[in-house]
Amino acid sequence: MNNEQLFTISVFTENQVGLLSRISTIFTRRGLNIESITASSSSMPGIHKITLTCRSTRAAMEKVVAQIEKCVEVLRAFLYTDDEIVHQEIALYKVPTDRLLDLKNLEEVIRIHNARILEITREYTVIEKAGHSDETEALYNLLKRYDIRQFVRSGRIAVTKSPTEHFTYFLEEQEKRRNKTEDL
Amino acid sequence: MISGAEAILRSFLAEGTDTIFGYPGGAIMPFYDKLYDYTDRLRHILVRHEQGAIHAAQGYARASGRTGVVSVTSGPGATNVITGLSDALMDSTPIVVITGQVGVATLGTDAFQETDVVGIVQSISKWAFQIRRAEEIPAAVAKAFYIASTGRPGPVVLDITKDAQLGMMEWTGYQPVKYIRSYNPDPEINPADLADAAALLNSAERPLILAGHGITIARAEQQLTALAEKADIPVGATMLGLSAMPSDHPLFKGMLGMHGNIGPNYNTNKADVILAVGMRFDDRVTGDTSRYAPDAKIIHIDIDASELNKNIRATTTIHGDAGKVLNALLPLINQAGREEWLKSFDGPDKVEHETVVMREVFPQETVGVMRMGEVTRRISEATGNEAICVTDVGQNQMMGARYFKFTKPRSLITSGGLGTMGFCLPAAIGAKLACPGRNVIALMGDGGFQMTMQELGTIMENGIGVKIVIMNNNFLGNVRQWQELFFNSRFSATPMLNPDFVAIAAAYGIDGESVMSRDELDGAIGRMLATDRPYLLNVNIESTDMVFPMVAPGAAIDDIMLNVSTKYKPETHE
Ligand SMILES: Cc1ncc(C[n+]2csc(CCOP(=O)(O)OP(=O)(O)O)c2C)c(N)n1
Ligand SMILES: [Mg+2]
Repeated sequence: MNNEQLFTISVFTENQVGLLSRISTIFTRRGLNIESITASSSSMPGIHKITLTCRSTRAAMEKVVAQIEKCVEVLRAFLYTDDEIVHQEIALYKVPTDRLLDLKNLEEVIRIHNARILEITREYTVIEKAGHSDETEALYNLLKRYDIRQFVRSGRIAVTKSPTEHFTYFLEEQEKRRNKTEDL
Repeated sequence: MISGAEAILRSFLAEGTDTIFGYPGGAIMPFYDKLYDYTDRLRHILVRHEQGAIHAAQGYARASGRTGVVSVTSGPGATNVITGLSDALMDSTPIVVITGQVGVATLGTDAFQETDVVGIVQSISKWAFQIRRAEEIPAAVAKAFYIASTGRPGPVVLDITKDAQLGMMEWTGYQPVKYIRSYNPDPEINPADLADAAALLNSAERPLILAGHGITIARAEQQLTALAEKADIPVGATMLGLSAMPSDHPLFKGMLGMHGNIGPNYNTNKADVILAVGMRFDDRVTGDTSRYAPDAKIIHIDIDASELNKNIRATTTIHGDAGKVLNALLPLINQAGREEWLKSFDGPDKVEHETVVMREVFPQETVGVMRMGEVTRRISEATGNEAICVTDVGQNQMMGARYFKFTKPRSLITSGGLGTMGFCLPAAIGAKLACPGRNVIALMGDGGFQMTMQELGTIMENGIGVKIVIMNNNFLGNVRQWQELFFNSRFSATPMLNPDFVAIAAAYGIDGESVMSRDELDGAIGRMLATDRPYLLNVNIESTDMVFPMVAPGAAIDDIMLNVSTKYKPETHE
């Protein structure tokens, strides 16, 4: 239990009502906390992608991934550690404009944190930052002093660093399997 | 144009369904109305509680290998099948349940008898799908049967709204499903894994086969025996793996696990190679996993990839159908003889026979209260060991598994993974309907009988010739045993005041008798088996009886209790 770390799980699914809750029960049954979750359609028509992060041991996560893959509508699930992926999340910070103006080096802060300003009104300013969670966290800690009114952070999205596209290969294999069943 | 309700029935017929177990209600009435026109082609068994419907379908499926079909209404009808879904998922049983659902317009509004069925069953079904329009029905039913019956079988739920049942659609014929992109129930076997497994087995000195339910599901009984015989490998079976190999086969060494036989349990920790086929290393089979099979390289064959390396780390895993894997493995395995290793089962067998079996099955006294073991064995023998034994849960179950003898596959039907009391009587109904030519013995406790005994009504109405044997110890015996062993004999909520079971049967027009003393037993069994009609025996069982041998929960699998105070030790007993 001592070698826990953060894992990212990429799940490719058919679009199916109820699948997200089926997948989340696999975590809750084991008392695992899903740290973030992002679901959206993928670049491939009809295929959805769910990206989850969870802190646990590799042994536990491998079992979880196997159980996710067991769901009928799950095409494939992959388990990654941070060094195997390029990942990103996005955060929005809403700060009172007058308080923000107290920040003497606003320009520098925006530049250093690679943030940008989305909207300014007399009352508030909305800042956006994309990055790793420790980076969005760092900006949060800085802006905290200026009275953040709202803060929201997305789940993680990720792509692999691997040169081979395992999922594309998987789909090709399934296509072959379909042709074989049709020949029968 | 036909209605969605009719499309369901046509789809069932196209799948070869001959029997539906069910119970009507508001949201499923359009289906039941159409069923009225189909009674010449489809037999509907009206149970007395929806739990009975799904357990009956499970009994039907497990006895025949075909998919069991259940129809119930929305809300309470659907929630009453929850236990059976969970049970069927654990015990890999192909079931298709259709639940009625309120109209589409009222979904999500807490309409009368609306329950979020698809939501509730996520973690206890293999697949669940809500049908909102009639046109979706044939494809959804086809998918349901395909998913339920292939790969590792399991229960599937179709939640069919009233709109879908009532809506009209064009029937363009039925297309069975043979392929789903995201679901591959018949994975190709990796030849490298086979080669690894063969090398391990060929170099083994003390190999042991652990045969599970997967053998029965894959209909791989012959392959199992062929492999065991070729390489002279002893076989132990999980409870659900029992009857895959005949009980008296010389290589069959008995049941594994908590109340299994000493030989295969003890020798699990002596084996150098274990070939586990279609079993999942359940905690009741392994005991403490950190002290399980310490000397063995493990080869694990299963169709469910998530079972591989789940409870026990294997040296080699083979993902695939048990029958296909065993077929492929057989030519790679060298013929061998292992006299010494096989003889090492004799010592523990002898000890078990002398310390446990003799008093349980062959008691000295000729009169008085009986023991479950002797009752089970006498019934088994009276059927020529050819009956299907359906058990409930508890001591009666362990005695059924230990002392019934099996000569044919699919002869033990019992709730393994979930351990559902009340399973027996309805499951026996399903088994008898699936196999009318076989004797079906419903072996149960006084507690479990009272959980689903309303199904006597189903038995009466349909004249189902099941043989009901209540091994009546006036106790929740299994819990009582644990109280005596682990809770200082504080018998909290386990003694039971029971009604007159024979009188209850009589009220349903079912013949029966109480067997109060040992000298009456054989006669009563004879009368029970002489008729094709249902019959009930209420057998007077010693209430302090316990099931041994026993591996206490959390103990190592070779740390075996022979009775309350003695542990098995090979040196002193041999
Ligand atoms: C539905 C359900 N409730 C509770 C239990 C826990 N339980 C397991 S065995 C048992 C006692 C069974 O008593 P009985 O049916 O008389 O059988 P016996 O053990 O006496 O043969 C109980 C309460 C269970 N397995 N299932
Ligand atoms: Mg009892």
